[in-house]
Amino acid sequence: MSDISRRDLLRRIGLTLMATGAIDRVSAQEVHHITLATQAAAGGAYTPKALNDHEYRTLEKLTDFIIPVENGKPGAVAAGAAAWIDMLVSENAQLKTVYTTGTAWLDAAMKKRGAEDFLSASAENQTALLDQIAYRRNSSLELDPGIQFFTWARRMTVDAFYTSEIGIADIDYRGNRPQMTYPEPTEAIAYALKRSGLA
Amino acid sequence: MTKVLADMGISVLLMEAGPMITPADFKEHMWPYQVPHRGAGAKGQAYTGGPTGFTYSATFGGAQLEGEPYTVAPGDDFRWFRSRVLGGRTNHYGRVTLRMAEYDFKPHTTDGLGFDWPISYADLAPYYDKAEEFIGVTGSREGIRSAPDGIFCPPAPMKAHDVLVQRSCAKLGIRAVAARQAVTTTARNGRPACHYCGQCGRGCVTASNYAASYVQIFPAIRTGKVKVLANSMARELITDASGKVSAVSYIDKTDGSQKQVRCRTVVLAASACESARLLLNSKSSRHPQGLANSSGKVGRYLMDTVGYSMSAMVPALSGMPHYNSDGYGSHVYVPWWLSDNHKTLNFPRGYHIEVGGGYGMPGIGSFVGVVNRTEGYGVRMKQAIRDEYGTSIGLSGRGEMIPNEQSYCEIDPEVKDRWGIPVLRFHWAWSDHELNQVRHMQQTFRAILEGMGGQVPTGGGRGGGRGTAQTTGMGATPGQQAPQTGQAGPQTGLPNAPAGQPTTGASAQRPGNPPAVADANRPPISTGGAIIHEVGTVRMGDDPRTSPLNKFSQAHEVKNLFVADAAPFVSNADKNPTHTIIALAWRTAEYLAEEMRKGNV
Repeated sequence: MSDISRRDLLRRIGLTLMATGAIDRVSAQEVHHITLATQAAAGGAYTPKALNDHEYRTLEKLTDFIIPVENGKPGAVAAGAAAWIDMLVSENAQLKTVYTTGTAWLDAAMKKRGAEDFLSASAENQTALLDQIAYRRNSSLELDPGIQFFTWARRMTVDAFYTSEIGIADIDYRGNRPQMTYPEPTEAIAYALKRSGLA
Repeated sequence: MTKVLADMGISVLLMEAGPMITPADFKEHMWPYQVPHRGAGAKGQAYTGGPTGFTYSATFGGAQLEGEPYTVAPGDDFRWFRSRVLGGRTNHYGRVTLRMAEYDFKPHTTDGLGFDWPISYADLAPYYDKAEEFIGVTGSREGIRSAPDGIFCPPAPMKAHDVLVQRSCAKLGIRAVAARQAVTTTARNGRPACHYCGQCGRGCVTASNYAASYVQIFPAIRTGKVKVLANSMARELITDASGKVSAVSYIDKTDGSQKQVRCRTVVLAASACESARLLLNSKSSRHPQGLANSSGKVGRYLMDTVGYSMSAMVPALSGMPHYNSDGYGSHVYVPWWLSDNHKTLNFPRGYHIEVGGGYGMPGIGSFVGVVNRTEGYGVRMKQAIRDEYGTSIGLSGRGEMIPNEQSYCEIDPEVKDRWGIPVLRFHWAWSDHELNQVRHMQQTFRAILEGMGGQVPTGGGRGGGRGTAQTTGMGATPGQQAPQTGQAGPQTGLPNAPAGQPTTGASAQRPGNPPAVADANRPPISTGGAIIHEVGTVRMGDDPRTSPLNKFSQAHEVKNLFVADAAPFVSNADKNPTHTIIALAWRTAEYLAEEMRKGNV
C-alpha cells in the first residue's frame, strides 16, 4: 500500500475516532499491517546525494566491516546503512566534513601502507588498519583523526542498522504490535529470578 | 473541565494556543525506518547537538519554542517545557496517575514546613473517583497510607525486570506494587481496551490511554456545546467597571492579528506558569500588579518535582528468552514507604520510584553506550550489543519539593515574545530538604539495583528529566513513552566521544544562562522544571491576603475568574500532578455551574 493510502486510512480512522470516540481493535491491527506493507514497498537502488562515488563505496565497505553478514544473516549493507548516512550527510554540513575528510584519511593512511587506496587494499590490510583505529587505546597524533572518524562511522552504522527492519529483526525486538492480552512472561521471569539469586 | 461543563449544558469556547490535533498525525505504530531520519531529527541534527525526533508528529513542544522565549535570572537554572496543541502535554505524558494522600493536603500541620491546602482529601476523593471511572486507571488495592487506593481497572502482569525490582525491594522492606497508569484495560465509554503495543506516547489510535484531546475534548465537541478556537494565543484579560472579566484579548496566530472575545466567565487552564503570566500581564489602573494579584502571590511558590535517576546493567537478564515487553509502559511502581518514619530521616517529605527496563524499540543512540565500551567492530561488537540489550533497569525518584521564596516567576521587564507579549523570568533554588532527599534516593537505588546483582556505573545516577523531546530508546525508561523521563540506560552516555559527537539535545535546550556553580557535595538533582511538574503559581487558600484563589480555584477578587490547571496547587506532593489537576478541575466545574445557576457568576 502506498504511503498516501496508508495516510488515508489513518485519517479515516482518525475521523472515525473523532466522530464516535471509538474504533475497533481490528482496525487498529489493520494499521499495524499496513505500516509494515508500506515499508516493504519501499526500496530500490540508492543514488548518493552527498558523497561522490568513491567516498560512497568506501563508506559502504566500512559499514560492511562494522556490521558484517553473520551466519547468513544480513548486515549493514543489506540494511542500507550507507544510503541513510549519505542522506543525512546531504543535509548537514558538519556531517559532510566528517565523512569526506574521514574517507580521505582512510585512503591516505592506506597509501602509506603501500596500497592505492582503502577500497583496493587487500582485506588483510584493511583489517589491520581498522584494528588500529577501532580502539581509543591506540591513540596517537597520527591515528587520532582515524579513530575519531571511525567512532562516527561506527556509531551511525549501528544506529542505521538497528533502526532498519533487518536490524530490528536481528536484535529480536518483539513489540510495537497489538495484542488482545498481555501474557505474563513466565519463562523470562523464571530465568531472571534464578540467575539473580532472588528466586 | 470543558467536558464536565458541556455535559451540564454550558456553552464553552475553548481557546488553544496551538493547532487542533488530528489522530491521523499519530505515529503510534510506525517503525523508525518509516520515518526518513529515523529519529535523528531534521538534517540529522541529533548527531550535531540538536534534539531527536520520532516521538510524535503533531506539535510536540519543548523548552525552546520559536519566537516564544522565557528568561532565567542570572545564576539560576530552570527549564519550561510547553506543548502548544489541543490537549497539550496530556497527549504524550507518562500517564502516572496517583492520588494525593490525606497527609499531603496538610503538610504544614504535619511538619511545620510549607503550607496547608484549604481543602482535605475528603473534599477531593469523590472527584478522584469520578476521574478514575471516566478515564480508566490501572492498579491494585494495597491499603498503603501514602498511596490511597482508587477505582482501578485490572493491571497487566509484571514484566521480568519488574519482578526483580519487586523482589529486591522486598529484601529491603520496601513494597513495589502495580503501576497506576491512565490506560484503560477494559472497554469504557466507547473506548476499546488497551492493546499493549507500548507506544503510548505517540498518540493512541484506539484512545485506550488517556489524553485530554481524545478522551475529553473530542466527546465534548460532540455535545454541540463546545467550539474550539485553535491557534489563539491569549494576551490579556479585559475587565469591566464592575471588576469582572469581560473579554479575552488574543493573537490570532494564523495572521498575527489581535482580536477579542467576550465572555461571561473565564477559566484559565494554560499550564501553571502560563496562567500566572496571563494574570500578571493583565494590568490596568484598577489592577496595577496584574489581575487577581492584590496579594502579590501570583507567580510565587513555583514548585517542580525532585528528580533523580540511577540505572544499572543487570547480568541476570543477559541471555534471557526474549518476549514482547512493551505493555503500557511501566507495570510496577514503588509508593513512598517511610511516611511513618520521617522523624528518623534528615529530610521531611517523601518520594516514589518509577521503574524502567525491558526490550524497548531500538532507536537512534540506543546502543551507543555498549559500543563505546566494547569498541572494535564486527561480530564481536554485535554480540556485545545483543548481550546487553534489555539488561538495563532504571529507577527514577520523584519527590516532593517544599515551596520556597526563591522559586518563582515574574514578568521580564524587557523581553517580549514574537507577538509582543511580555515573557516570564524564572527564579529557582533547591533547598537542603530536596538535596537530602536525593542523597536518600542515591543510597536506596544503589541498594535495590545491587540487590539483584546490578552493576551501577561509577558515578551512578543523574538528575532525572530533561524537559526536552525524548529519544526512542532501549526502554530502560520509566514510562518509556514519557517525555519527562529521559532514557535511564547506560547506553545513552557518550563517554570518550570525540568533540562534537552526538548529544541528545538536553544541553541545547536551555536558554542562555550559565550553569549553577558546581559543588562537589551537591548530589545530582534534576534542573528545576525538567520533570515538567511545575505547579503552584496561583495558589488557593482561605485568606485573600496570601492566596489569589479560594478553595474552589475561583479568584478571591474576580468572581468570574477560575484557574483549572496546576497553578492552584499549594504543595507538590510526590504524586504526579495530572490526576489532581483533573479532580480539582472537575470540582471547580461543578461549583462554577452551580454559581452560574444561582446567578452569582
